[in-house]
Amino acid sequence: MAIIEIDGNHYEAPEGQSLLSVCLSFGLNLPYFCWHPAMGSVGACRQCAIIQYHNAEDKKGRLVMACMTPVADAMRISIDDNQARRFRRENIELLMINHPHDCPVCEEGGECHLQDMTVMSGHTVRRYRGQKRTHANQYLGPFINHEMNRCIACYRCVRFYDDYAGGKDLQVFGMHNNVYFGRFDEGALENEFSGNLVEVCPTGVFTDRTFSARYARKWDLQTAPSICIHCGLGCNTAPGERYGQLRRIVNRYNGDVNGYFLCDRGRFGYDFVNSSERIRKPLLDNRTEITQQAAEQHFRTLFQTAKGVIGIGSPRASLEANFALRALVGEENFFPGFNDTEQTLLSTIFTLLRNGGIHTPSLREVEQADAVLILGEDVTHSAPRLALSLRQSARNAAFELARRMKILPWQDAAVRELKTQTQSPVFIASARATRLDDIATNIFHGSPEDIARLGFVIAHCLDNQAPAPESMSDAEKALATTIAAELKQAKCPLVVSGTSCSSLAVIQAAYNIAKALPSKDKQLTFAVPECNSLGLAIMRGGRLQQAFERINEGLADSVIILENDLYRRAPSQKVDLFLNSAAHVVVIDSLENETAKHAELLLPAATFAESEGTLVNNEVRAQRYFPVYAATEPVHGSWQWLTGAMENPEWHHHDGLTAACADAFPDLAAIEQVAPGADYRFKGSKIPRQPDRYSGRTAMFANINVREPPPPQDLETPFSFSMEGVTAQVPPALLPVIRAPGWNSNQAINQFEEGVEGHLRGGDAGIRLIEASGTLPWFNDIPPAFKAEQGQWRIVLLPHIFGSEELSLHSPPIAERQPGHYALLNPLDAQALGAKNGDQMEISDSTEAPVITLPVQIEKTLPRGLLGLTGVLPKNLQMNNSDHVTLKKVAEETENHPEIYL
Amino acid sequence: MEKMDKPLTKNIRPDLAFATVADYESTGGYQGLRKAIRELQPKEVQQWVKDSGLRGRGGAGFSTGLKWSLVPMSDSANDSPHPNRYVIVNADEMEPGTFKDRLLMEKDPHQLIEGIILTAYAIQAGAAYIFLRGEYHLAAQRLDNALLEAQSKGYLGEHILNSEFNLKIYLHTSAGRYICGEETALINALEGKRANPRAKPPHPVVSGLWGKPTVVNNVETLCNVPHILNYGVQWFKELALGADTGTKLFGASGRVKRPGLWELPMGIPIREIIEEHAGGMQDGYKLRGFLPGGASTDFLLPEHLDVAADFEAVAQAGSRLGTGTMVILDDQTCPVQMVLNLEEFFAQESCGWCTPCRDGLPWTVTLLRDIINGRGRIEDLDILAGLVRMMGPGNTFCALAPGAMEPLQSALKYFREDFERYMVGNKLLEAD
Repeated sequence: MAIIEIDGNHYEAPEGQSLLSVCLSFGLNLPYFCWHPAMGSVGACRQCAIIQYHNAEDKKGRLVMACMTPVADAMRISIDDNQARRFRRENIELLMINHPHDCPVCEEGGECHLQDMTVMSGHTVRRYRGQKRTHANQYLGPFINHEMNRCIACYRCVRFYDDYAGGKDLQVFGMHNNVYFGRFDEGALENEFSGNLVEVCPTGVFTDRTFSARYARKWDLQTAPSICIHCGLGCNTAPGERYGQLRRIVNRYNGDVNGYFLCDRGRFGYDFVNSSERIRKPLLDNRTEITQQAAEQHFRTLFQTAKGVIGIGSPRASLEANFALRALVGEENFFPGFNDTEQTLLSTIFTLLRNGGIHTPSLREVEQADAVLILGEDVTHSAPRLALSLRQSARNAAFELARRMKILPWQDAAVRELKTQTQSPVFIASARATRLDDIATNIFHGSPEDIARLGFVIAHCLDNQAPAPESMSDAEKALATTIAAELKQAKCPLVVSGTSCSSLAVIQAAYNIAKALPSKDKQLTFAVPECNSLGLAIMRGGRLQQAFERINEGLADSVIILENDLYRRAPSQKVDLFLNSAAHVVVIDSLENETAKHAELLLPAATFAESEGTLVNNEVRAQRYFPVYAATEPVHGSWQWLTGAMENPEWHHHDGLTAACADAFPDLAAIEQVAPGADYRFKGSKIPRQPDRYSGRTAMFANINVREPPPPQDLETPFSFSMEGVTAQVPPALLPVIRAPGWNSNQAINQFEEGVEGHLRGGDAGIRLIEASGTLPWFNDIPPAFKAEQGQWRIVLLPHIFGSEELSLHSPPIAERQPGHYALLNPLDAQALGAKNGDQMEISDSTEAPVITLPVQIEKTLPRGLLGLTGVLPKNLQMNNSDHVTLKKVAEETENHPEIYL
Repeated sequence: MEKMDKPLTKNIRPDLAFATVADYESTGGYQGLRKAIRELQPKEVQQWVKDSGLRGRGGAGFSTGLKWSLVPMSDSANDSPHPNRYVIVNADEMEPGTFKDRLLMEKDPHQLIEGIILTAYAIQAGAAYIFLRGEYHLAAQRLDNALLEAQSKGYLGEHILNSEFNLKIYLHTSAGRYICGEETALINALEGKRANPRAKPPHPVVSGLWGKPTVVNNVETLCNVPHILNYGVQWFKELALGADTGTKLFGASGRVKRPGLWELPMGIPIREIIEEHAGGMQDGYKLRGFLPGGASTDFLLPEHLDVAADFEAVAQAGSRLGTGTMVILDDQTCPVQMVLNLEEFFAQESCGWCTPCRDGLPWTVTLLRDIINGRGRIEDLDILAGLVRMMGPGNTFCALAPGAMEPLQSALKYFREDFERYMVGNKLLEAD
């Protein structure tokens, strides 16, 4: 630690850090634009100028850029010096020369870093009299608006998009004061993390297009801490509501999980909450709307008269809702609601994480890995935010080289320059090309069986006690040897796998590799499909097939289905039979779906934005989400419907339910501590969800009723639906809105971190429920090598960020970006079938019955004998990974957009 | 061996279109290389050049030998992260008023090539790049030929002069832009990136091309190296008149009788260059001032004519020796319009990376245009002075904007009445 003097005060700061980052950590107001805590310093904007003194006697000093100056012991600097202040003020004046005076109509207004910095620097009067240069704007797809005239050329957009996120289609064009940040041609931004531009841009060039459609100022949004529900990673979000509509999602910093960034599915997938397909009223027999009281009565009566009730839970519902269902129907009648194969995979994954003795990393820890093997996942599509972290891990070798060359890690351009010399190894084994291939050292394409076999060989190369396949090709062996050698050298190797392949062998092979690794800091992580997949794996329960049998065999006659569309989990014939055999079907869900149509009693469930609950992510981290706004009666949280059906519920409030759930499962014992309960008060008040400048409170519903209605009461959480209360000392992890005096944009986060890019003061949200211990024996169930069979193709379902997840697809912007339906074939297979791109291919099942016709897309990275399926298949069409089908070309390429026939 | 006082231009003669390898060899060419490779260790070559006092001829005047000595030289693959080193020749001659490197490359290309080989030997580089201004077609053609000649003579390629030393030289013709003359922007351009400068540290000698140690030297600088090796350090020092060493190509453009380029001793009085070699002012014109070393240097006045043309003396007079090619301002040319012309160039050539340069230079241009078009206000001169301060050395990312401000700041100092003259009749001025 170094002692430095800033304007006469002494501070302790880590030597070698950039002065800007330490000044911000001390809560000092020093304006900046081009610097970003996750992206380091480049010295472009010249805004963070300070005076550095040569020694104790030096009175004059010289102007330096804080972001480019390393902390050294006994350093003396001044932020307040007049010369520095004048430079910063005049620098803003220059930045503002071409900036339009459109704050009143700009969506960034009120959370604009440029506004904040302008006020902070004191630039008030414009002296420039010339014309402003103007730019044409581009259409960048359904997520992002483009308003280039507002650009102050800080370069953060391209540094994030290209350098950090690996994008290619957003570039800087032109030069001098005519630099232009955009695409070569108009069109949707291709990178899966484009939404972060909204937050990375310090002003209103890139704004949230989905928010524009129903815009409100940041201070007019009601917000609560939330967790993304669109994949298994549990990124922290801050959704904003006004007028009963969910209007946007922004990132909520969590130093362990998502840091500063979200994926586009998580950011733009929220609109299902406002969907016209929402179930808003209790419905009887799919046609009669009934009152809440009638619905509750019906539910209780049905329960009392039923001859055996089973409950099917859901990996997309909270622990509490699932536990309430389990309590209602009894442990033996509870089914977690997974697809059967997935249940096997997830329970195996949980066992590995719990008893396998290998640490599973947070996303922050993923970024520290110095060698990565991805076994059978296209991470960008199955757990998108993880892909962004893996991309950062590839840079660790360059950081290490920089350290040896005495280049400081935050010297962003200099460290990136070393990337041409070295990168940490990343190996990818997948069915076809993935979006991380550009950082891959070696790539293997194979069927899930071959991917698993490669994994077993790698494990065997690392430790000859690990079982090896009886035979393997020289090529496989050579590749495995290379991969094993790199992983063995690494200090912090990471094995990534998951459920995408639907292959137990792939998961087991991943464990064998991790087990065989010599490093004590080795890590193993799995991508899981849903927001509470692991929570439900902890809860356990019977398989869906067993649930079906209970009803079909008459052991029970009624079923309660919690937030689960069974048609996504099992073949439609089976689900049809099951639902038709049940005497009574109760469905609690938020969106209309095929299963809900079969409900005798359909109960409207609150979404994540209107209810509370605890979710367990792929790291086995429990995190709590809170209602952003009160659900409109008679919509209720699922747990409330279920509790209401109980005769003598053990709990009346959510905290009690959480406690009961924690009591029931030792692995969930810590979930009570995930967040404070409803009795939490700070200085006597609950935490306000509305910022202190929230406007129109008394007028916003005056068109309905001129009386000011009392705000809804929140009996379940520590938050109030109000702007009253103190937020100054609330732990940052509980703050609904990140804002500090003078810092209205999300950049204010630096005022709440323990050192920039650190953890939130008072701790990041969430609790890891388990730490790996023990060890498990080698897995030795090695599948035989995949052999393409004449006339037969093995299906591989290809997940997609904008298409694989159920709820986000009900958000129009996401639906617009979903991939088309294609049948992917190896060029040689296509040739053998006489097919070219766009030709219609009829797919028939093992009984030779035609199932679907899809247009062909030739994919040269897909191995022979595999049929890759993209896009969302029709609901009642079940095609599973590993199914075998036959193919027949039925039509030439047509000019019309390809259609699907059933 | 005949001692000579014009080593750089000895082969540039009216009777010789350009020097072939034979012409070059006939006047002692490649003797320095033979000597170095046979008799000297790389470190010794570095030391010779350091001792010679040779300073960079691109404008900044940094000690060439010192620059080379900063390259990490450890050869062991185990303890060095640098398996490769590079030499880059900055032949992107774009400074307005400057045309010295062009002459050297067009007329005597082997002199440069020998300089490159010696430099590469001194830092043990395996590859060198000549980053040539795209418009220099003739230089490109002659360098291309000369590289083939040198290769066939065994001066280039594998086992140079039967030693263990190998070198490849690549000629890269630039796609354009003044900023490519900034050494780190040049490196980015060579890598195929945007030609934005890089932050220093790390300096290119530590992390340059592809992140490897790289020496970037100007054409004229490297052309001196063969002669230092051939004729010795003492001889090189004695060529000069003042504190600096060697000779230098000096030039003059503007309304002088004989605009041109001459190789003269470092430290020669500026008066001698303008009045003798350039023949003095054209009839009817008086000397009003001059930019001593290209567009990005401060104006000097007739009172400075007796200043010695070397780095220190010109700096003491308040300007920079720069490239040593002078731009002459006569008494019938408006200094404000001349400055506007220069600032338009610099504003156009800003890479757009840092705020003061990107947005400050266009504002400068707007203000100067307003002044010239009668829309100026007296307080605009304060704004211009403020912009000069904003874009001072250290405040911007690279040296482009500070260089651009040098003619403006000295014009405001020396020719303020010319600025104010435009305001006469301006209502705002009268209202004051």
